[in-house]
Amino acid sequence: MFDFLEGYNLWEAFWTTVQLTVLSALGSLIWGTLLAAMRVGPVPLMRGFGTAYVNIVRNIPLTVIILFTSLGLNQTFGATLGSSQIESTNFRLAVLGFIAYTSAFVCEALRSGINTVPVGQAEAARALGLNFTQVLTLVVLPQAFRSVVGPLANVLIALTKNTTVAAAIGVAEAALLMKEMIENEAQLVLISAVFAFGFVCLTLPTGLILGWVSKKVAVKR
Amino acid sequence: MTEVSVTKDAVPTADDLVVLKNVNKHFGALHVLQDIDLTIARGEVVVVIGPSGSGKSTLCRAINRLESIESGSITIDGKPLPEEGKALARLRADVGMVFQSFNLFAHKTVLENVMLGQLKVRKADKKAAEDKARALLDRVGVAAQADKYPAQLSGGQQQRVAIARALAMDPKVMLFDEPTSALDPEMINEVLEVMQQLARDGMTMVVVTHEMGFARSAANRVVFMADGRIVEEAVPDQFFSNPRSDRAKDFLSKILHH
Repeated sequence: MFDFLEGYNLWEAFWTTVQLTVLSALGSLIWGTLLAAMRVGPVPLMRGFGTAYVNIVRNIPLTVIILFTSLGLNQTFGATLGSSQIESTNFRLAVLGFIAYTSAFVCEALRSGINTVPVGQAEAARALGLNFTQVLTLVVLPQAFRSVVGPLANVLIALTKNTTVAAAIGVAEAALLMKEMIENEAQLVLISAVFAFGFVCLTLPTGLILGWVSKKVAVKR
Repeated sequence: MTEVSVTKDAVPTADDLVVLKNVNKHFGALHVLQDIDLTIARGEVVVVIGPSGSGKSTLCRAINRLESIESGSITIDGKPLPEEGKALARLRADVGMVFQSFNLFAHKTVLENVMLGQLKVRKADKKAAEDKARALLDRVGVAAQADKYPAQLSGGQQQRVAIARALAMDPKVMLFDEPTSALDPEMINEVLEVMQQLARDGMTMVVVTHEMGFARSAANRVVFMADGRIVEEAVPDQFFSNPRSDRAKDFLSKILHH
């Protein structure tokens, strides 16, 4: 029944999906946190930049962003991101695009978490003589992160599935292999089901584990 | 004679720790601080009382600039209160603050709460900070709770930890913004006793409170505020037994006779 799978390396394709997801997740966590810090910070220029970035980037279709990294950054401006092979260049461009896009959502999830931290926490920290960065990194963000593990899990799950867009610029991840198999084999429904199952295997544990973490780290008040 | 004393008052002496001059602030249309002049000497315990909305909490919070002011000046130990940035942070480190709602850092243990400022602001080494934190927790009577989280403590215990956290910075002055107003009645005394002890030890304190007993026994001076103004200043005995202003008489008649 599953004869059609022979000759295709599903593991390799899904492994690329996992790599895309993990690298993009780490990158967008960092960049998204910086964006959130800018948006709640005291410097008007940075607040403006953060707000503009989030509102522009999250409203552009991901496909457009990913295509732009390849057609714009790479082919027009010649950016190779330190790689000489086209395959790894495309992989890196895709990660860059996912980070740029996903960080806007991380930023907003985190900002809603910052709003759950009582004002008194920051006031007490300021009253001790901590500066803005210290108040944010030692008191506000640790509590904000704990309250947004659930929403961040949503972002991570969306990101995992969004990595299929990288097929548009030829990154050899799961969706690209699926497209190839559908073209070559006469098992449309089964092939789709196999790939759907593969993605569920990636995202379902993510949601369950992070749901557990969310309860574990919740701040008691 | 009068003129001489006025001139004398205007010159800050070395013993004046906190000086507010002509301070004004609005919340929208509400003039919450109106031409406030207040001088607090080193080692003095000043209790600020008054009806709700009289501006006493705002006054307290203005002293370490948790509330900005619109005009006038505030100086602490001879230095004007900086507007923002590093200088303000440095000044705040010297001004201890205790809040009505405790505001202990919810994600850190009691011990970490008391160590944080020492480590990150005073740059103390970890061992010294921990020793000092434990000593202070012992002093306020919550040493046994050092490894618990704030949410596991009673309100009175939390507030005593908050006092220890402020003391860990070796502040020049301590501000108390209604420290017992959020406490169950049975826990008020344990906090007041810690404050009494501090007062006896010579700490300069500004205390906004509704605890008239504390004002009587611990204060060097009572400042009565109403509608954003300082209406009356006097030593506690005189204020409670023989208030001069009608507003203070009215206030005291409402709270003392039942």
